[in-house]
Amino acid sequence: MANEKFDAIVVGAGPSGNACAYTLATRGLKVLQLERGEYPGSKNVQGAILYADALEKIIPDFREDAPLERHIIEQRLWMMDDKSYCGAHYRSEDFNEDKPNRYTIIRAPFDKWFSKRVVQAGALILCETTVTELVRDAHDKVIGVRTDRDGEAIYADVVVLAEGVSGLVGARAGLRSIPKPDTVALAVKEMHFLPRETVEQRFNLEGDEGVVIEAAGTITKGMVGTGFLYTNKECISIGIGCLISDFTESDQSPYGLLEAFKNHPSVKPLLAGSEVKEYAAHMIPEGGYKAIPQLFGNGWLIVGDAGQFVNAVHREGSNLAMTTGRIAAETILDLKTRNAPMTAHNLAAYKARLDESFVMKDLKKYKNLPKVLHNKHLLTTYPQLLSQAAQTWFRVDGVDKKSKENEIVKSFFRTRRVKGLLGDVLGMARGWR
Amino acid sequence: MHIVVCIKQVPDSAQIRVHPVTNTIMRQGVPTIINPYDLFSLEEALRLRDRFGGEVTVVTMGPPMADASLRKCLTYGADRAVLLTDRFFAGSDTLATSYALSYLIKKVAQEWGEPDIIFCGKQTIDGDTAQVGPGIAKRLNLLQLTYVAKIDEFDLAAREIVIHRRAEGGIQILKTKLPCLVTMLEGTNDMRRGSIEDALRGARSEIVTWNAAEAGIPDLALCGLKGSPTIVKKVFAPSPRAEKAFQIEVQGKTPAEISDAVIGEINQRQPGLEQDIQKMAAGF
Repeated sequence: MANEKFDAIVVGAGPSGNACAYTLATRGLKVLQLERGEYPGSKNVQGAILYADALEKIIPDFREDAPLERHIIEQRLWMMDDKSYCGAHYRSEDFNEDKPNRYTIIRAPFDKWFSKRVVQAGALILCETTVTELVRDAHDKVIGVRTDRDGEAIYADVVVLAEGVSGLVGARAGLRSIPKPDTVALAVKEMHFLPRETVEQRFNLEGDEGVVIEAAGTITKGMVGTGFLYTNKECISIGIGCLISDFTESDQSPYGLLEAFKNHPSVKPLLAGSEVKEYAAHMIPEGGYKAIPQLFGNGWLIVGDAGQFVNAVHREGSNLAMTTGRIAAETILDLKTRNAPMTAHNLAAYKARLDESFVMKDLKKYKNLPKVLHNKHLLTTYPQLLSQAAQTWFRVDGVDKKSKENEIVKSFFRTRRVKGLLGDVLGMARGWR
Repeated sequence: MHIVVCIKQVPDSAQIRVHPVTNTIMRQGVPTIINPYDLFSLEEALRLRDRFGGEVTVVTMGPPMADASLRKCLTYGADRAVLLTDRFFAGSDTLATSYALSYLIKKVAQEWGEPDIIFCGKQTIDGDTAQVGPGIAKRLNLLQLTYVAKIDEFDLAAREIVIHRRAEGGIQILKTKLPCLVTMLEGTNDMRRGSIEDALRGARSEIVTWNAAEAGIPDLALCGLKGSPTIVKKVFAPSPRAEKAFQIEVQGKTPAEISDAVIGEINQRQPGLEQDIQKMAAGF
């Protein structure tokens, strides 16, 4: 048993770790996956939306047996103030396709399924095993890990850190710093169970069709964050998240925000009569491009949330996790095939491949956005102005339309002045570009 | 030495709820665990093996998914695991379960040697009957030591065991001959955390899986629902107590003031209690 050696050790059984371990194991590599939770998925929390494309590139036939909830045919974006929302909805029959593009999922059964596929591919998984430190050789190359169990170190050619946003192995080894409070959001969510027919009636759905709502505005009490509501087959996932730095500065609690969001007059009827069966919380890395740590080194790679791979604007995370896991695995496989050592020089190919993929391109596009979003007017003042404008516009009260238009325009200038408005527009434009 | 440990995979009763209308147990989505009482027996078995050498075989009867619990036993350090699974066993009560398990243990004995000692949990957290262990002992004609708090002496050469057994009003110290069947009390030891080597071996090991025929069960009519004379007459959720918890307002802050307030409140709500206590105290 001494000097047990694997081709690769993957730390963590979330989407990025599973994608990596699966890709390596299907190609015949000897893979060990270590998970600190009681079972794979026990530490994982997500909204959750599955973007099919990322998983399809790893497991093409996943639709055959993966536990999926509803495919999304309608996306609603809500700007909310305390009494109203002003929304943009997009619904299309085109999303009722043979191979739908986005699904709602419940992570508990989904992660169980994903992990089973990893085991079937031939990887060895140890749960309730926390990696405590990386083992290095005389040349400072990572050659294995030590765990919180008694016994020898376990060795591998390469160690992939898929340890999530709060993983400590990389931080302890000095490979990455612990994410700062203003680059991490804390999100809480609840699962509200309702009969299937009720979900379908309330959201105008048939069969496995689904709706998602993303919401911003005064629901976050002036903090940077968003709320969401996703339809599953027999339940609704509802949650809200804000930057940790904002929470520490405010007197708001995450569950307080969620309670208020649930009791918003536009949300409450959607949840009426439901039974809450699950409550979960998780951190989301939202620092974007500028918060991405060094991703490779001598004998190691970082994938998924541990690498800050979340596109906060488009609410994409698990797909970036799976994609970075897959690309890490493909890099390793390529080096293995060429009999090349897992040095920092050779593993740099991982970063190069990421740069060529949508992962880095998208994150780079929004590299300035996290800073722009710190402008609290965007998520508080504007939703209020928008909502007031809509009300002025729609209310029929004998005031002539020209005066109404003037009133709306004035309300914007009164609140933000010319300079503020211009600055906000330019800031957004710069962040978006 | 060969030790056999019987375990059961059970729903985590802390997370189980009773359906408000049908009164049936809602198992959907409830995680399964190793019956917690079984772990004290498994740990005791592992300790004996570590001291005297030999092997620990863990067995269970259950659905195919019960292999997860067996695999966990392997990561704790058990040497092998056997799953008895067959549709014939569905709906077994304790009589049918002990019948099937007794033949399973006979088959295990044929394959890997007669057990010197068999361990069972004190009871399960889902059935709470504490009947399966004694049932197996009876069917295998073994001496049984239930509710064991401590194994005091274990002499493999003399084939003797001395244990402390919790009994009403005291502790019995019993000596008996091996082989025997033991059920351990809760809290008698702490389950170990398997080493990385055990964990790797557990993850890799094949779980031996037998159906009724492979385990050599002679009479299927004595198995499963058919072999179970127990009838569930009624399932009900106990109704909540009529009286709800209440808060006691206390003015002072010192422990004496707080306890005075609490005792005062109790005396007010339970008139006569104070007198009864004084009477009892006078009797001592």
